[in-house]
Amino acid sequence: MSIVENFDLYAPRLIDKEEYFSAGHRACQGCGEALAIRLMCKALGKDTVVVNATGCMEVISTMYPTTAWNLPWIHVAFPNAAAVAAGVEAGLKVMRRKGRIPDRDVKTVAIGGDGGTFDIGFQALSGTMERGHDVLYVCFDNEAYMNTGIQRSGATPFGASTTTAPAGVASSGKGQWKKNITEIMVAHNVPYVATACHSYPIDFMNKVKKARSIKGPSFIHCLSVCPTGWRVPSAHAIKMGRLAVETGIFPLYEVEEGKYRMTYRPERIRPVEDYIKGQGRFRHLSPDELTAIQKRITLEYNKLLDKVDNLHSWGELQD
Amino acid sequence: MKKKKKWPEDWQDLNPGCMVFEPGSAREYHTGSWRAERPIFDESKCIRCGVCYIFCPEGCISQNKNGYFEADLDYCKGCGICAHECWPRAIKMIEEG
Repeated sequence: MSIVENFDLYAPRLIDKEEYFSAGHRACQGCGEALAIRLMCKALGKDTVVVNATGCMEVISTMYPTTAWNLPWIHVAFPNAAAVAAGVEAGLKVMRRKGRIPDRDVKTVAIGGDGGTFDIGFQALSGTMERGHDVLYVCFDNEAYMNTGIQRSGATPFGASTTTAPAGVASSGKGQWKKNITEIMVAHNVPYVATACHSYPIDFMNKVKKARSIKGPSFIHCLSVCPTGWRVPSAHAIKMGRLAVETGIFPLYEVEEGKYRMTYRPERIRPVEDYIKGQGRFRHLSPDELTAIQKRITLEYNKLLDKVDNLHSWGELQD
Repeated sequence: MKKKKKWPEDWQDLNPGCMVFEPGSAREYHTGSWRAERPIFDESKCIRCGVCYIFCPEGCISQNKNGYFEADLDYCKGCGICAHECWPRAIKMIEEG
């Protein structure tokens, strides 16, 4: 075994031992989103203000009169997490200028689920990115409105059965493809956009640290497995995230000033069937639909590889 | 001395804006009662890599004095992620009771 492999193996022991998202929160067993939040807080450290859109994470972490957060935290309505984060950032800037708070680097982080990012909170997010506030937005994408009972959202993948797009005789789950939020954020010309998954914790934490160090808006799209909504055993939460990456459904990459870079490139792309057959929400899919999904996933993955190979960073394009 | 109330009993007890002033107070509630299976750590197989620690959604696994990992059963919900991800297979899930 090489030194590098050894380092990777023992890397979990090097991370911050402080828990900013304490135990006792009421997430379901095996919640990938709670895990992702815990890792994100470890990477951010204590000088952080968290703005939380409505969603699973708000509901499970703060059962009044208790809170699971050890960081300053504010809950806002579904559509305006990014707008409130922009306000918090501007407020901190003014208070620092007037000498009311000590002059130290405090990062404002907005978090939201896929409903609060893809659908309802989209215009506020777009506005914050456009105005260029020093805000990190992390989207925890569990691919439906899990909190209210698995309704379809813009992030639900093709063919997934949800309570508002149920599979049956007449329909086979959601009939539309998933919205590519990462590309939309890249189109806002923000300095840092990345995708991540909690199944690759060191990679995810490195991306959060990088985004924290950047001055200006940044966006991280984190796939988080929901065992309840995806109909998988709670023990398979990490495995499903890993399969999503290895099948090419959710490639891990980052876009730094226009330059695409794959942070994890599987040696061999597995067939999407490996990912789909383990989940109850896809159990009704016919072989034809599976072929269609495979075709689309391969196309999207190749499109991404093309961008990785051919696109240059803004600095290179300037002269 | 006034006894600390567990929760507000009427609306006058509520803080303005329903603010909570005690960080991390969710620890008062023990989610361990949800558990159907408990993890058993086999120290002879454990290589102390910390994979169980990093993948625990509760953050209830910690290192003890000898450097081995153990779960805080007050908070462990028994999801089985640690047992599934532990590649030396040092963790087993056994049924409660």
